[in-house]
Amino acid sequence: MNPQLTPDGRLRHLLTLDGLPRATLTHILDTAESFMDVGEREVKKVPLLRGKSIFNLFFEPSTRTRTTFEIAAKRLSADVVNLNIATSSQTKGEAILDTVDNLSAMHADMFIVRHSQSGAAHFIARHVAPHISVVNAGDGRHAHPTQGLLDMFTIRRFKGEFHNLTVAIVGDVLHSRVARSQIHALTTLGVPEVRVIGPKTLLPTGVEQLGVKVFHDMAAGLAGCDVVIMLRLQNERMKGARLPSAQEYFKFFGLTPEKLALAKPDAIVMHPGPMNRGVEIASEVADGPQSVILPQVTYGIAVRMAVMALLAGGAST
Amino acid sequence: MKIHIKNGRVIDPASGRDEIADLFIAAGRIVTSDAPTFHANRTIDASGLVVCPGLVDLSVRLREPGFEYKATLESEMLAAAAGGVTSLACPPDTDPPLDEPGLVEMLKFRAKNLPGPRVYPVGALTQKLEGKMLTEMAELTEAGCRAFTQADAPLTDTLVLLRAMEYAATFGFRLWLRAQDVTLARGGIAHDGAIASRLGLPGIPALAETVALATILQLMRETGARVHLARLSTREGIAMVQAAKAQGLAVTCDVATTHVHLSENDLVGFDSHLHLVPPLRSLRDRDAIREALRDGAVDALCSDHTPVDEDEKQVPFGESSPGASGVELLLPLTLKWAREMNVPLPRALALITCEPARILDIPAGELAAGANADVCIFDAQAEWVVTSKSLASQGDNTPFLNHPMQGRVRYTLIDGHIDFESAR
Repeated sequence: MNPQLTPDGRLRHLLTLDGLPRATLTHILDTAESFMDVGEREVKKVPLLRGKSIFNLFFEPSTRTRTTFEIAAKRLSADVVNLNIATSSQTKGEAILDTVDNLSAMHADMFIVRHSQSGAAHFIARHVAPHISVVNAGDGRHAHPTQGLLDMFTIRRFKGEFHNLTVAIVGDVLHSRVARSQIHALTTLGVPEVRVIGPKTLLPTGVEQLGVKVFHDMAAGLAGCDVVIMLRLQNERMKGARLPSAQEYFKFFGLTPEKLALAKPDAIVMHPGPMNRGVEIASEVADGPQSVILPQVTYGIAVRMAVMALLAGGAST
Repeated sequence: MKIHIKNGRVIDPASGRDEIADLFIAAGRIVTSDAPTFHANRTIDASGLVVCPGLVDLSVRLREPGFEYKATLESEMLAAAAGGVTSLACPPDTDPPLDEPGLVEMLKFRAKNLPGPRVYPVGALTQKLEGKMLTEMAELTEAGCRAFTQADAPLTDTLVLLRAMEYAATFGFRLWLRAQDVTLARGGIAHDGAIASRLGLPGIPALAETVALATILQLMRETGARVHLARLSTREGIAMVQAAKAQGLAVTCDVATTHVHLSENDLVGFDSHLHLVPPLRSLRDRDAIREALRDGAVDALCSDHTPVDEDEKQVPFGESSPGASGVELLLPLTLKWAREMNVPLPRALALITCEPARILDIPAGELAAGANADVCIFDAQAEWVVTSKSLASQGDNTPFLNHPMQGRVRYTLIDGHIDFESAR
């Protein structure tokens, strides 16, 4: 029944990490490991997806994610077409399915989809031809599976194992597709304690049912953590009566060196970017020795290469 | 035209009648049997079939005027007849809304000249449904409105609601209200619970219903207004209405068939056919609805028939238009609930015949001698599958598409005429 897997268990689409088996996640991470050296070579290319056409369908503006997908596809020798639909056909009133049908008629092999609505990638996946794979590059508040995977890749690189970790996710979990994907990945990979920390206005109803422990106090939530993942706080959240001010938020939920000291001494600090320095994270922490924020970006390319290679290349998971 | 319906299981929930018997119809009315002198123009063999009053549906959107691309009066009247419905209430959320007597008269006139059920418009409570100025309720009542409602349009001003209740109470008019606090529901598209949190769908808390209900019930106590609460969706909401009834408040309520069978758990997969108003709630709420229907805390079941253009559903969940087509599924979904809950057939049929007729205050929903000959004859065992071809409605936007159903209408008689007859 999982629309992401073929009857024989191979990855058909990547729409969410919710419900994917641990073996699938581990296989993607292992495959990413094998692509790590490609970016360090003089000729940064492998011929795995030569002749394949990958379309970046971005119904919502994004520079970072789109660029990393584009680099990943090009390193696999695929032909990449970027469509910034937020400013083109959608404004002309073209229906989303018409856009998808037209691109399918151009013999696309893969769609990388970003959309402001939760479930948009599922919707497109339901309507594409059988040979086309869909990768969710972020849909509404729902999922950002490649970001979740690259975060797991980062944790594995720095911490080795998952089974003995305490991981805290701090901030606006309510609006965060990244946090949802991280939570599903962490619980699937066997992290025994996943914590979410934030004010009640920024935590989703019934979040405990995702398998996390809830904290409203940073000191208690960070105590003994191995990994601290900070989430971006979007400015518009200030206007919706969820928070009184950025200053007050930073005072109680911003990551400062003092608060980080409550975690384990070798704890790593992560952030999906882009950061609001002085709002959710202090510069001393973002640029400090425990920060692994820039390696996350680097690993993102290898992880996206792995996902695309497994999908378009049909490699077994 | 004289019609003789032979050997059916005649169930009349209003009178408690449940027996294998014949039914006689003459001059549009049910008549007492007088076999030797009754010469029927048409005899219907109802052996093995149930003969009951024509169904009364408290919410069927006919989409005219203004939304003919979604459905037409012709298509939805036909669909209602195919569903065994002989009387229906249509909400005023058309374009323009039913806020003027001329519009109501036009709708009634057009409906009267088409085959199909009796149409009872529910007038707009406020002009243009804007929630600011009251409509001419007395004029609208004279034009044929049975009650007044905002449908799903917001009414943010509690003072306007108070005035509407006071004014309606002056004349004894009834208000049909959907209990939803607009500000608490703002931006939401799914029940605010674990499933919406998992799927990243903005939530509408159960509080949006209970806070609005508390306001409505308190205003009722102050004004003495009679209120019908449409489409309740939460366990707490039903409990509040039950308590209000126990205190003697003149309040009734209904639920939609979708909410009897579906819950937030069905949203996994983001099927836009499940985008409904109110949202599908938790299993706990759904189970409370199922119990409340059995014990009478909820007065009636309705289809909340909302045909939507296919293009408006072929988009991501949050961008889709809410609503489901359902007038043809009212009977089979009621029967399904009754089977699953071990509810006797007469009790189940009461929820879609005499009880809604009582709420609408119309002479319908019964088979007593002298009553209008509005009759539904159905095969309770017939199995069929819901497909766009098997539905007469122009809207095939139902979450039950491709689902098997048990129970199918064979004949619908309205005013003593056979308005629908299935090809078996």
